[in-house]
Amino acid sequence: MGVAANIRRWLDERFGWSQLMAFVEHKTVPRHPFSYFYFLGGMTLFLFGLQVATGILLLLYYRPSPNEAFESVQYIMTQVRFGWLIRSIHSWGANVMILTAIAHMFSVFFLKSYRKPRELTWLSGMILLFLVLGFGFSGYLLPWNTLSVFATKVGTDIAGQVPIIGHWTLVFLRGGEDVTGATLTRFFGFHVAVLPGLVTLLIGFHLLLVQRFGMSVPPSVEADWKANPARVQEMRFFPNFFLRELMAWYIALAILGALAAFKPWELGAKADLFASAPPGIRPEWYFMFMFQTLKLLPAKVGPIAGDLLGVLGFGIAGAVWTLLPFLDHEKRGRGSRWIAGAGVFALAYFVGMTLVGYAAK
Amino acid sequence: MLDQDGIKMKSVESRCGWQWGLPVTFVFCTALLFAPISFAQQAKNSCLDCHSQLDPPLHVSPDEYTASIHAQKGVTCVTCHGGDPTTDDVDKSMSTAAGFKGHLERKQVPGFCAKCHADASYIRGFNPSLRTDQYAQYLTSVHGKLMAKGDTKVAVCIDCHGVHDIQPPNDPRARVYPTNVAQTCATCHADAEYMKGYKIPTDEFALYNTSVHHAALVDRGDLSAPTCVTCHGSHGAAPPGVASVENVCSTCHVFQAQLFDSGPHRNAFASLGVPGCITCHSNHGIQHPSDALIGTADGSVCVKCHSAGEPGFDAAAKMHESLAKLDSAIGRSDAILNRAELSGMEVGEAKLAQSEARDDLIKARVSIHAVQSDKVDQNVQAGLAVAQKTYQAGLAAMAERSYRRTGLFISLGITIIVLVGIALLIRRLESGSGN
Repeated sequence: MGVAANIRRWLDERFGWSQLMAFVEHKTVPRHPFSYFYFLGGMTLFLFGLQVATGILLLLYYRPSPNEAFESVQYIMTQVRFGWLIRSIHSWGANVMILTAIAHMFSVFFLKSYRKPRELTWLSGMILLFLVLGFGFSGYLLPWNTLSVFATKVGTDIAGQVPIIGHWTLVFLRGGEDVTGATLTRFFGFHVAVLPGLVTLLIGFHLLLVQRFGMSVPPSVEADWKANPARVQEMRFFPNFFLRELMAWYIALAILGALAAFKPWELGAKADLFASAPPGIRPEWYFMFMFQTLKLLPAKVGPIAGDLLGVLGFGIAGAVWTLLPFLDHEKRGRGSRWIAGAGVFALAYFVGMTLVGYAAK
Repeated sequence: MLDQDGIKMKSVESRCGWQWGLPVTFVFCTALLFAPISFAQQAKNSCLDCHSQLDPPLHVSPDEYTASIHAQKGVTCVTCHGGDPTTDDVDKSMSTAAGFKGHLERKQVPGFCAKCHADASYIRGFNPSLRTDQYAQYLTSVHGKLMAKGDTKVAVCIDCHGVHDIQPPNDPRARVYPTNVAQTCATCHADAEYMKGYKIPTDEFALYNTSVHHAALVDRGDLSAPTCVTCHGSHGAAPPGVASVENVCSTCHVFQAQLFDSGPHRNAFASLGVPGCITCHSNHGIQHPSDALIGTADGSVCVKCHSAGEPGFDAAAKMHESLAKLDSAIGRSDAILNRAELSGMEVGEAKLAQSEARDDLIKARVSIHAVQSDKVDQNVQAGLAVAQKTYQAGLAAMAERSYRRTGLFISLGITIIVLVGIALLIRRLESGSGN
């Protein structure tokens, strides 16, 4: 008996390896014209893994203090062997991960995969998206450069607009009234301990639910398959679907490598807390639609401050979007079309305002 | 006892508050409404009432007058002109009995202003830090001396400060505010017709407007940059003599003056009777100095005095060559560092080091004032050493860029092979199974 067989038998006796393999072999994925959207979740998961791996490597050199943060990132970029690659992949990867997470959310929305019994899958996915945005926001400050510090000031100021808990949130995020070294250590803590812990737990829960309920099929395909059971098509998860997903991961990795080589993530200039804000301060692209909206709002809308109205509007819209499965019970029909229309509007607003934000001086 | 009084007082106050509150408030508000009228009556100024209606030159703008520093400090028409501003009767208000002085002759103006402005104890009551030597200085100025000789065309206080609209010098509206001074002086000094007979040029203002000093003062808004009065003085205005030009320039350009004093040019210029600084840099139209100013080319100032074969000529050529060498080395490093930065390479440290090389170039340019080529070379060599290091850093960054791109293409090649392999594997897996 070979070594591999021995190990397999050893594992089988302890963990039921054969049963696990049998389960994996029998797992299938629906095959229809929209199947490609199934890759987005796995892609986001892969990128999260990449973030964890590169993040751990960066932790070997990064120092979370206002006097050392910038210099340590500069050291990583210039002195550490392949430090530039790791940091650039981490930074670019973060952006691509947020992009795939948002794309995953919209694909789930438009394919109506949030319907019963997958409400909790949607809910956990939405919380994961918010946490991923939190990753982006907290990570942006860590290089401690001018742009990141002032963007954090603007971002936390917006959080401070929330009624009742706004000021408390601002002080909690900043570790005081202003963005200082205390904010940096706090954001570092969120970025490398709090958020990874929460996200890992939620990913586990999310995957468990995906496993429990299987892949959702769009209502139109579902109706067609119900009418013609012979047209049902499935693909084995392993190795067929997994190999395709692996190809997508390879392509993502190649794109990240190319970005790192041709456009390494900028370091900028070290933050000076006593300097005035430089022109052109703006947040990362995924917050741009909110930033641009708040910029366009007048100082006062009736008796309410424009900023406050904007923050409240986004808060309510976010809450409604998160609770969507509990509001949309129809597979098809007028209400369902309205919700799809609202989704198209949300996507157009997100893309449009982001572009306007970048075009505006 | 005190407590009892206190209680009594409180009870009276509270009664008053309720019983008399409304009438008292009414009376108070009425008083407030009529207060401006009573103040206006107190501040009646028949001078302004009439002269605001008259045509120039007797016109006085009430707005300009009330915004002036004199009006704000309580110096009224009467203070300078005498008379009685409380009556509208012209015969009474402008009567000699009322002390009316009437229009002042130009030659009377400086002494008249000095009555207050040269009186330290009087001025202290308004502004303790305001100087009171303006009149004394004026008497020493070219303006004052010519006036003493009977030339009334020369400037007196009101020509620069205004008459009824005088503003303090730190008010941007003032004619003597730093950015307005040159224009104020130019009112006379750029007027060729007016200046006819004084035998001085009238192109100073036009030249000054092209100068580096004007650019600093007006374009950059640096109020410490020089304008006419910085070099000529204000109340004691006079052209600096040949011997004092260097002292004037050195009030700002300290190091250049020290180096000039330590070099051979000081005595050489003195023996030739030419002034320091402006012999090479000119005076009113000073341009930003360039390295072309030194050397042996046509545009250089050195060739005005030095001819080929002289040690000074060779030294000038050597100094120009040194500066050009460092300038070129810095430019070369900048170019490669910028290319590396545009390629996304982190060259922040090398760019920071470049500022050291630039500092050395500035030092070398300043050290030229000692006209000793070894002093210039000392700074140039230091700068060249830094520029060489930064150039090497740029080369290393570009080599790293190529290394990264080569690595990327190799890894992309491997990735494509793997992708093709996976695709083939999928094809083989699915060729027989149907999925």
